[in-house]
Amino acid sequence: MVFLENFRIAIAALRANLMRSILTTLGIIIGVAAVVGVVSIVQGLQYTISSELQGVGATFIAVSPKVDRSNIPGVAARQVKLTYEDGVALEEKVPGIRLMAPAIIGRATLKHRDRKHDPFLILGATDVYQDVANQSVDRGRFLSKVDIDNHRKVVVIGPKIVDELDLGSNPLGQEIYVDAYPATVIGVMEKKGQNLGMDWDDIVYVPFSAAVSLFGRNVADRVELRLQAQSPESVEQVKDGIARLLRQRHKIPASEPDDFEIQTQDEILKSVNSILGSVTAVVGGVVGIALLVGGIGIMNIMLVSVTERTREIGVRKAVGARRQDVLMQFLIEAVTLSLIGGGIGLALGYGLGALISKMIPGFPPAHVPLWAVVLSFGFSAVVGIFFGIYPAAKASRLDPIDALRYE
Amino acid sequence: MALIELHGIRKVYDMGAEKVHALNGVDLAVEKGEYIAIMGSSGSGKSTLMNLLGCLDTPSEGHYILNGVAVEKLDDSELAGIRNKEIGFVFQTFNLLARTDALHNVELPLIYAGLSRTERRDRARRALERVGLGQRMHHQPNELSGGQRQRVAIARALVNDPSILLADEPTGNLDSATSEEIMHLFDELHQAGNTVVLVTHEADIAEHAWRRVTLRDGKVISDQPTARAGKGAVLAPA
Repeated sequence: MVFLENFRIAIAALRANLMRSILTTLGIIIGVAAVVGVVSIVQGLQYTISSELQGVGATFIAVSPKVDRSNIPGVAARQVKLTYEDGVALEEKVPGIRLMAPAIIGRATLKHRDRKHDPFLILGATDVYQDVANQSVDRGRFLSKVDIDNHRKVVVIGPKIVDELDLGSNPLGQEIYVDAYPATVIGVMEKKGQNLGMDWDDIVYVPFSAAVSLFGRNVADRVELRLQAQSPESVEQVKDGIARLLRQRHKIPASEPDDFEIQTQDEILKSVNSILGSVTAVVGGVVGIALLVGGIGIMNIMLVSVTERTREIGVRKAVGARRQDVLMQFLIEAVTLSLIGGGIGLALGYGLGALISKMIPGFPPAHVPLWAVVLSFGFSAVVGIFFGIYPAAKASRLDPIDALRYE
Repeated sequence: MALIELHGIRKVYDMGAEKVHALNGVDLAVEKGEYIAIMGSSGSGKSTLMNLLGCLDTPSEGHYILNGVAVEKLDDSELAGIRNKEIGFVFQTFNLLARTDALHNVELPLIYAGLSRTERRDRARRALERVGLGQRMHHQPNELSGGQRQRVAIARALVNDPSILLADEPTGNLDSATSEEIMHLFDELHQAGNTVVLVTHEADIAEHAWRRVTLRDGKVISDQPTARAGKGAVLAPA
């Protein structure tokens, strides 16, 4: 009960010197705001990437041709190829693969009547693509096996393209040009928004073979293979099987590295988390320094406060306050100050994080995890106790007779 | 047994090279309900004696028995408890908490006594009414006159029903008219049964008491009833 009383005394004392209290707690406010702001942005990113990856499932495997890192012009680097035929071979020969969807990516210009538009990308895919990726059509239908086998001139477009080409309220059945090729719109993908630098709504899906004609051999030799394993447990095995078969097909000697990259959902998640974790840790370290400075500020002001209130301490002791009563009074004042700073910092940091993520287009919304809230308050409290204990102890040890005589 | 018993009290201050003998063997007994004035010039030891009586300090030698308890043996925490429950201080400079209203100032000892909020408010209110400040409970010290502030201090001293009221030059910062009012209040409190110990260097203030103890060089040189006591009243009311 004296605790509550001390809390009320603390608030009264802080309000009496409001400006001073605010300035004192600024170090903590800034420190906590910075860490919460960064953490919220990083967490938002992590959260979105995780959701994205959960969407494709724990059985998702992506095989990509290795990025050509040779930077000696003119010198032919090892020809890195990953082909449609590779994909077919994998599906046939590696056990444990449920689905295989090849995709090639390129750029082209769309035309419809007098409208023109450069979509984010053109994706050449097969009918399996919908099952492997995390998207489906909203209207009409996706590419079918029949479309692909019969080399039909069809496209499935993202919802943004409907507006860009002014296709009206019923885009299905209308004809658009992809570069020089005419094609009929057979489906519109569901809205997905912008995410992680990709504008999912601005993508055009054409049959794989049509893409090969559009983009030429070079692009066609750099196919992205997206597979679904049969079960999450078999993913590692399938991964090994893929690596072996591709090395064999590409005739890679044992001494040389793979000319492809296999990524499982697990690995993608791990590497993303690792990067984001490092960012969080670095920021945490920097912020630790801010909190230290903030704590010193609090200790400084508490010492001044104790000196100012020497007489008051003498009076309290004279009417019966014990050492621990005086200690608690000033300690609680210090902790209250730092906790209020922590609270303000938290609110500020959250606001800052939300603002920044809104300002960057396609950036996922900020997300403050519970552990960050707990940590902010926890740290603030610790700083308050650590830096408040010395002044509080000093106050408690004042001799009442001397204190009462103090001018 | 008397309320206050001092036996062979000595207090020595170590000032580095010198030792200051503030009290050099004081024996004193005060019965419940007495009204005594402790007088002496500067350096006589009266402040030291007051601090000892009020348990703000402990003697270097000797015994102090307050209400049956040997106080010189108590530790810091226990002394604080005694100050809370047995002693009511009134200071020359009032020593009220600024920016705090009268009610809350009077409550202070009760907070350290661990009373509940309602009980505290109740007792504090009654103490303020007792000293005639029932209408000014929510005023802050800077909104009160000197005399009113001292009344608040007296209310605070009374609020926990102490064994002794210990007043150190209570009228030192007041004009003569207000001083009279305050001394009249002490008279009333004494009539009501409180034991009052007044420390002063002013003879006419000391005359309000019924017994005068004079100190010089750390020793009691005189211990006499005053003129008041001689006016047919019993030294200690029943």
